[in-house]
Amino acid sequence: MELIALLLIPAAVAGLSLVLDHKRAAVVTLAGNAVVLALAVLVAKRATDAGAASALGGWLSCDPLGALILLLVAFVGLTSALFSGGYIRGHSASAGSARRNYYPLYNLFLLSMLAVPVLANIALVWIAVALTTLTSAFLVAYEDTSEALEAAWKYVVLTTLGAVVALLGILFLYWGTRLAGGEEFTWAGLLAAAPGIPAPVLWMGFLLVLVGFGTKAGLAPMHTWLPDAHSQAPASVCALLSGVETTTALYVVLRLFPVLEAAGGTQARPWFLVFGLVSAGAAALLLVYVRDYKRMFAFSTIEHMGIIMVAVGLGGTAHFGAVFQIVTHALAKSFGFYAAGAVLLATGTQEIASVRGLSRTAPATALALLFGGLAIAGAPPFAVFMSEFAIIKAGIDAGRYLVVGLLALFVVIAFCALMQHVSRMVFGPASRDRPAIVPPASCLAALALAAAPILLLGIYLPDGLHRLLAAAALALGATP
Amino acid sequence: MGAAMTPYLVHLNAMTGGLFLLAAFAIVATRQMSACLRWFVAQSLLLTASAAVIGIGLGSGHLAAVAVITFLTKVVVTPWLLRRTVRRELYSRREISQVFNIPTSLLIAAALTLLAYGVLYPVTALGVGAFAAINLPVGLAGLFLGAYTVAVRREALAQLIGLLGMENGAFLAAVSIAHDLPLIAELAAAFDVLVTALVIGLLTRRIYDRVGGTSVGLLDALRER
Repeated sequence: MELIALLLIPAAVAGLSLVLDHKRAAVVTLAGNAVVLALAVLVAKRATDAGAASALGGWLSCDPLGALILLLVAFVGLTSALFSGGYIRGHSASAGSARRNYYPLYNLFLLSMLAVPVLANIALVWIAVALTTLTSAFLVAYEDTSEALEAAWKYVVLTTLGAVVALLGILFLYWGTRLAGGEEFTWAGLLAAAPGIPAPVLWMGFLLVLVGFGTKAGLAPMHTWLPDAHSQAPASVCALLSGVETTTALYVVLRLFPVLEAAGGTQARPWFLVFGLVSAGAAALLLVYVRDYKRMFAFSTIEHMGIIMVAVGLGGTAHFGAVFQIVTHALAKSFGFYAAGAVLLATGTQEIASVRGLSRTAPATALALLFGGLAIAGAPPFAVFMSEFAIIKAGIDAGRYLVVGLLALFVVIAFCALMQHVSRMVFGPASRDRPAIVPPASCLAALALAAAPILLLGIYLPDGLHRLLAAAALALGATP
Repeated sequence: MGAAMTPYLVHLNAMTGGLFLLAAFAIVATRQMSACLRWFVAQSLLLTASAAVIGIGLGSGHLAAVAVITFLTKVVVTPWLLRRTVRRELYSRREISQVFNIPTSLLIAAALTLLAYGVLYPVTALGVGAFAAINLPVGLAGLFLGAYTVAVRREALAQLIGLLGMENGAFLAAVSIAHDLPLIAELAAAFDVLVTALVIGLLTRRIYDRVGGTSVGLLDALRER
């Protein structure tokens, strides 16, 4: 029941916001998202206790790993709806028609992302992932500048290209499931059929999905579109793109890990480790030379995607760290982009070099930026530190010193680069003498709401969430 | 249908596959946009034919439905949608500068086709049936050639047709290996194709209005410096 409502509410709100004016649409969207989050919590509880929640005769189904993604999409959806309220109104560039379409598209984008972990049939999951690009294309192009249109073009063309490659992979997996005598093309059905799927068919399917959805998740070297799209979209949209959209695509790739393990041992692990390390390494180096602070947060997303891939590839106890990292990435990255949006409102530029001494001109914004920088870089006691620490510890315990050493090196480079850029923007003399700028109230509220779990999870992991994470980590293992 | 017809159907399907591949090559090499679009329509017709032929061969009513859906979405609605959303002057446009010249492009396309056959050899060696033995490699080659088109063409419309060609390739493989997908998935996939064409078509229009051209390959304001 909750699962059906989860999909119906954003659809209904999308329709409503098409007919309402901008202000009312913002309120309805916020209310709709609050209900969606409450429902997602219920689904997560059910999935943790009973193993799965399902509806519509099995067409909708959500296990703990799916429920975790669902919860994150719903939470970031709520904070982003809150942030949108002040940001979209306060932003000067918004043209009339683009503004009218913002909330309908926003809700459709959210709907497509909520559908990914909820749909049971994998072919339908593919369609949901493909639609996340198409529903968000005009959100990326929102500013209607030639840069924004260029970013939107690269985003749509490259991620759709990736999605078509992944489609062929999904079809191979479907074929394999049928060849192995499997009836249901669901994640559980695929896992059960895995040992009977002919190896070339399974591998063909996996590699196509890895390359295809790896492109959409921003794994290097297929990441080139990501910093463009994630720097040109409005900050509220960036939070969704970077915080959860990449994760929904990566989710499909991660789902294949236990399938491959069940079929033939550990042969898939090097693929996860290599793609993960290349992404984390490339992102760390790009972070050193970055000049635009929104691109900086975008590169950090590529780094985090890489860390998650490495953690899954390590296997065993690192899987807990992997799912924890999925959570902390979504929380910290969405916060980071809200902070970036606040900086843009205060300074009107995205160039790191043009922003100096924010702590004098816009103290609240400066605090948010500093907090966001520390949080995504993985400084203690923030949540990202805890998840990265869990992954590195699991790797050391498993004796994977080379992998963990490289990963730790990349994390440290990224940390130093991020901190250098952020401290230059926050401290020092102000570049211009301007009266202090305070972000709109709804933006401040979104920042506070998004900051709370980052702080909380760094210090204390509530029991319910811990059980959900443990169950989700189990879903990444070969034996369900 | 009787088993006696099967060899003819296999030949017919092989011929369809060959022509499908030819259309994919033509999309790589055709400079003029309206001709490019016509090749896409021809390729979609061949995909429809392959679905119908295999449907008859396997006695699958499901594939007959797929053929109808493919015909309606790709041969009828998508071209209509593109002519509605993308401004008329773009169709008469000739793309003068590609990344490579046409003979080089065709050579690379031929290499990609061989690669598709090579990559799929371990799969086709399993003994996958006469239909899949044609459709799998031709479909993958269609996917590669579409991706290549996206990579080297600079006009927005040519890149979009490359993407749609990739989708055709994936579906050509699909009709031979996944002929009993739930109909809802087939319908949703058809819907996805239409939304892709619509969104990218509208975006092309916005770029044309804002930037004054649609040579998207030349847009490079955003990159690391």
